[in-house]
Amino acid sequence: MKKSEVPQDDGRVIQKGSRELYYALDENGEYTTALSTGWEAKNIVQDHTMEVLQQEINQAGANVKAGRNSPIQYFMLLNRMDWGLLAQYTGYWKWRVKRHNKPEVFRKLSDKQLQKYADVFEITVEELKNYKGD
Amino acid sequence: MQLDFTHHQTAHCENGVASNLLRNKGLNISEPMVFGLGSGLFYVYLPFLRVSNAPGLSYRPMPGWIFGRMARRLGIKIKRQKFSSKERAQRQLDDNLKNNIPSGLQVGVYHLPYFPDDYRFHFNAHNIVVYGKEENEYLISDPTMEKVNRLTEKELEKVRFSKGVLAPKGHIYYPTYIPEEETIDWEQAILKSIKKTCNDMLAPVPIIGVKGMRMVARAILKWPKKHGIAKANYYLAQMVRMQEEIGTGGGGFRYIYSAFLQEASKKINNPRLLQLSEEMTEIGDLWRDFAVSASRVYKKRSNQENVYAALSADLMKLADLEEAFFKKLKKAV
Repeated sequence: MKKSEVPQDDGRVIQKGSRELYYALDENGEYTTALSTGWEAKNIVQDHTMEVLQQEINQAGANVKAGRNSPIQYFMLLNRMDWGLLAQYTGYWKWRVKRHNKPEVFRKLSDKQLQKYADVFEITVEELKNYKGD
Repeated sequence: MQLDFTHHQTAHCENGVASNLLRNKGLNISEPMVFGLGSGLFYVYLPFLRVSNAPGLSYRPMPGWIFGRMARRLGIKIKRQKFSSKERAQRQLDDNLKNNIPSGLQVGVYHLPYFPDDYRFHFNAHNIVVYGKEENEYLISDPTMEKVNRLTEKELEKVRFSKGVLAPKGHIYYPTYIPEEETIDWEQAILKSIKKTCNDMLAPVPIIGVKGMRMVARAILKWPKKHGIAKANYYLAQMVRMQEEIGTGGGGFRYIYSAFLQEASKKINNPRLLQLSEEMTEIGDLWRDFAVSASRVYKKRSNQENVYAALSADLMKLADLEEAFFKKLKKAV
């Protein structure tokens, strides 16, 4: 790739003001570096990924509303976690975390147990308990 | 307190931390040189491992190996420590800063406040340098960022003790011994590291190197039928993200490697490496073309299976080109 071809497609990467560095060839065929604001191809796959994640989050929210799941899965996905990772962060076994996702089990959790989840999700226990899927 | 440290932006975090730490201690070494000497170019397909709910794929060796190999080849000594106690991890860092040692840290990216939201995933093999502390804020040189940043004690603790695959466990590292530049046998280091990369990419293992690429190419072909279009498209997106985004990988790494071959060619006066550098640049361009073709899947809704067949063929061709390339490179060293 030539330096003049380094893409400037205004990508997600500059959201917080930083561009990314590329190695590219100058006019004399020597390697040099250049900064890029983003690349269309990456924006597309990135956007697709975020859409899929958002669909999963929406589904988890709908499941809470319908009384199928507790808010745990919703906040887990919102934090881009999976069961295994959430288990590691809370210190519970994975099967217990999954069990806590059942509304009837979730309702019986103590505030101390809920606090563990709330800490991981960086919310309050109230916010966790009161999420109704809206 | 701020140590005398210059932040240089790089394309990849581990290369960047290594080259910035070494430059800070007087050894002038570029990012491509670190990457090449650390035999950073790699390919491994791990279908049994799930990363972001998609088959695992890595374009680089294990975290820490690039710096480790490169250091070994140049006679540099690195000290590495991991911690079970968060307090001790912080004390060690604070002591280092007091002793004028800018320190490399392995961190998770999810909780890095200066990262764009779309890039905040639970990926634990990111690398940064801490080069000072003011009040209770650490001064952070993240080599993938244009400018330096700051993290509070709490924020830094969080990223140093992120959980999941490759959890950093407070991992801190810094060079303790660097030989005089004139005493380093660059020629031997360069030739050895190139041989290692050739052997990796040509390894007789089905999931590694060009063989791994072929295995992925065959798998892609089956994705739409086996998993359905939606899942196949998601897998493909993850593949391209791993390739061009998370620590570069495909085209990006080929360009860094080309830059290494160009620099190495001059350093040890081997014109053949210069020719091969040009060839690798062209292969890098083709990796980027592959990413562009893959991204078209999300625009056009028709002929999905044909698109996957074409992508599979493209990847097969890349594997063939790289096989030929690394055989030539192996002969040149």
